[in-house]
Amino acid sequence: MNTAVEVGHVPAKDARPVKLACRNVWKLFGSDAENFIKSRDGRASADELQQAGLVGAARAVDLEIREGEIFIIMGLSGSGKSTLVRCMSRLVEPTFGKVEFEGKNLLTISDAELIELRRHRMGMVFQNFALLPHLNVLENIAFPLSVQGMDRVTREARAREVIDLVGLGGREHFYPRELSGGQQQRVGIARSLATKPEIWFLDEPFSALDPLIRREMQDELMRLQAVLHKTIVFITHDFDEAIRLADRIAIMKDGEVIQIGTPEELVVNPATDYVAEFTRDVQRAKVISARSLMRPCASDDHVDRVAPEDRISTFSARLISAGRPFAVVNGTGKPIGEVTPDAVIDLLAGIDRQGATV
Amino acid sequence: MTIAADTPAGRVRPVQKWLAVWAVALAAVVVLALFRDSLFWAVNYPADHVVPIADWVSAIMNWLKVNLSWLTRSITTILGVPLNFALDLLAKSFKIGHGADAIVLPRLSWIGVVIAAFLAGHAAGGRNLGLLVGGCFLYIALFGQWTSAMLTLALIAIAVPFCIVTGLFLGIWAWRRPWAEKLFVAPALDLMQTIPTFAYLIPMLLLFGNSPVSAMIATAIFATPPMVRATMLGLSRVPVEIGEFSEMAGCTARQKLWRVLLPSARPTLMVGVNQVIMLALNMVIIASMIGAGGLGYDVLLALRALKVGEAMEAGLAIVALAIALDRLSQALARRQARGHVHVEAGAGLLRRYPHLALALVVLAVTTLAGLFIPAFADVPKAITFTTAPAWKAAVTWITINFFDAIEVFRVTLILYVLNPVRAFCEGFPWLGAVFLLGLAGYQLAGARLAILIAALTAFCAVTGLWEKTMATVYLCGISAFVACLIGIPLGLMASRSDRFEKIITPIIDTLQVLPSFCFIIPVVMLFRVGDVTAMIATVAFAVVPAIRYTNHGIRQVPPGLIEAAVVSGCTRRQTFWKVQLPLALPEIMLGINQTILMALAMIIICAMIGTRDLGQEVFIALSKADSGRGIVAGLAIAFIGIIADRLFNAWSARARAKL
Repeated sequence: MNTAVEVGHVPAKDARPVKLACRNVWKLFGSDAENFIKSRDGRASADELQQAGLVGAARAVDLEIREGEIFIIMGLSGSGKSTLVRCMSRLVEPTFGKVEFEGKNLLTISDAELIELRRHRMGMVFQNFALLPHLNVLENIAFPLSVQGMDRVTREARAREVIDLVGLGGREHFYPRELSGGQQQRVGIARSLATKPEIWFLDEPFSALDPLIRREMQDELMRLQAVLHKTIVFITHDFDEAIRLADRIAIMKDGEVIQIGTPEELVVNPATDYVAEFTRDVQRAKVISARSLMRPCASDDHVDRVAPEDRISTFSARLISAGRPFAVVNGTGKPIGEVTPDAVIDLLAGIDRQGATV
Repeated sequence: MTIAADTPAGRVRPVQKWLAVWAVALAAVVVLALFRDSLFWAVNYPADHVVPIADWVSAIMNWLKVNLSWLTRSITTILGVPLNFALDLLAKSFKIGHGADAIVLPRLSWIGVVIAAFLAGHAAGGRNLGLLVGGCFLYIALFGQWTSAMLTLALIAIAVPFCIVTGLFLGIWAWRRPWAEKLFVAPALDLMQTIPTFAYLIPMLLLFGNSPVSAMIATAIFATPPMVRATMLGLSRVPVEIGEFSEMAGCTARQKLWRVLLPSARPTLMVGVNQVIMLALNMVIIASMIGAGGLGYDVLLALRALKVGEAMEAGLAIVALAIALDRLSQALARRQARGHVHVEAGAGLLRRYPHLALALVVLAVTTLAGLFIPAFADVPKAITFTTAPAWKAAVTWITINFFDAIEVFRVTLILYVLNPVRAFCEGFPWLGAVFLLGLAGYQLAGARLAILIAALTAFCAVTGLWEKTMATVYLCGISAFVACLIGIPLGLMASRSDRFEKIITPIIDTLQVLPSFCFIIPVVMLFRVGDVTAMIATVAFAVVPAIRYTNHGIRQVPPGLIEAAVVSGCTRRQTFWKVQLPLALPEIMLGINQTILMALAMIIICAMIGTRDLGQEVFIALSKADSGRGIVAGLAIAFIGIIADRLFNAWSARARAKL
């Protein structure tokens, strides 16, 4: 298994261009925070902050979000995840650092450019929906288009398109308070999509919903993303939600990003005890891929073959009932290892036989 | 709450320290009072050292009057246009041309207005509200108060939009610029709401003369503050996310304010509008002294002539108008707070605003009908009736049958309560008061409050108004005390019994909307003029917040805490004394604070019925158009209010912080 781990965690080289990047972004609260961090050239320890009486909502954040990926920022309340996403959209002005949108520093552009950018290329969904109480569904969704100065016919036509997309047809004339929470968030989602944004910020969009509705909305999001291929920055405090949706996850604590990786990397190779604590109760079979669990082929006697990135849960039942190992094959059809029923049973039962990965 | 048991023995507890300080301070003041003959300058402020602020103010006002007459005249002319239009439309009829060949366009028909009032009520709150509002207007018509009431309504109709727009812009400004709020808006609002209504009238009288326009300006100034406050509150209450959304949607600052924040704040803004309307009504009644005319003027004339019946009738018409306006605007506010409900798509003004369309049609038809049928134009004498003789008879009957009992009550009150307290207050050394109040301020909120309070107290003395100030304090204090003595137990009862709350809520709601004038009338009938009347009217006026805040304070104690107390085995009595009351105390103290401020406002109006305090000073200044004297006395009254308000607020804030 030791070898398997090494194979499993080699990060696949991502060829997609970087859409949004944070370069040593700091957001400090307290008097004279700006001079403090400038004079230290963007470096300060937690102790130094405390001595200066400053609170670090985001500290030395470095991350790159690639086009078309679902990037999840995950942390408990007070970890600075909301502040960080607001730094990315400049709703909050970072104290230090750079936020690059397609390589261009967002923090130095003019107000007019920023408004233009937000009108056409950014969208945001809020935890408590943030619908305007005095407008009905149609008007709420058409609102971002209306502030751009689009005429009524065009914007309402566009609004109806997204209403159909999120399945709210027939409720165009309802007011927010007449809708259920799930429906309200559908309006919020439709509104943020009306302008066809390229980057889509979702700030704990499902946290205010009941568990059942939350699940339904997560499926809905996956469905939409399969059609739309947006670059998504998704904030959540729910690790299960994160591993369901994420391409990659950044885990935050006390304003710092402590690990960035795919759900599998976080589960298999947690950077700190804190991350390990989060991943402890995760259903591993749903996260871990065949590549992580395979061992070098002991024989050629395989009843079936799976791809290296297939999750264990997708074939565990078949494998166990077959009672014999499956081959793991790469793109060219050549076996690179095998997964044995014993290894899968150990994983499902949470037995740590070699003391290596589990 | 404090933990007294385990205080280390070595340290002096802060409470004890303050006890000692207060003991020394009180002793010092007692010494001051004992040696009043040798220290007379510290007891009564020496008359030859009075700072002639009144003269300075007079000089400034006269200078303004002379040099700004072009400005005031043009303001009068400009504001006169909409005002005269409204007056003609509702009350006076339009006259085009002069003399015999003038063309007269009739005012709106009273029948039309009554029906429109019904429709407005129906649109805002359903059939019951429609009947109530329409019924109030019908009452006014049938009791022969139509023209006066419409004069009053016209003034309100013009003053209120003015207040709303001004208040909105001031509120936005203060909300955008915290320094503006701190430096200008907050102090100005405090002052505007604590300066007695009479004091507004004097500069208006001086600058704009005795006319409806000056009444309207005074009204507009007096009624604007709640709108400013509602705007600031509403804007700051809009959820942060909604503001963030507007930025992410790419709104410019202007779009954000006008298309997102203000519409989202609409429920709070409507509460402000309701308060503006009620304050405007209150002020329009009082402004009848400087030419507003209308119902207030009728009351004033009747009171001056001691025609209690007529005064009562006009007063009841004010009550009807107040209830109608209040319920109507409250229903609108409540509808805003509940949120919008969709209507099936259907274009057209008539479909979307059926009530408005119908009201316009009814008004037009009835008014045109009035050209041919006189009964539509004016309320026919035959169907009006008057209750004035009945009121007079009732008063006469009571006076004949209960004269002795009332007189005993009155004299006892004067001899054994009012006069001793008055003597104590008026003899209180001014330097001692400055010192003690400053000390209280220091204990509650530190040096800044202490200096402010000491300075404000000193102002009352150095302007030579000490004795009158203390006369005001005495009457206001007794009334507020009695009001709390009645109000707090009532509030407690209401908080412990839903049935009692249901009975008392409509009563205090109604008491609250009545213009202060109305409280004087029935009391004067029984007790004639004097301090006793002033006190009773003030208690009736000021009792509302004591009841309301007490009830609310007890009821808002989190049910979880009460359950916790019950589960730990508290009896009902223990729960009340050990949990509910301490937690409700800050709220109750705010109620007492409001009671004091309302008592102060009322005491000043009672100058009309012969008190001998600062109110009388303003009243005299008003009749002599002596602006300096009136404004300085007005400021002194405002300062009493501000001192009480600051001390109570600091106290309440401290109690809250302890919880």
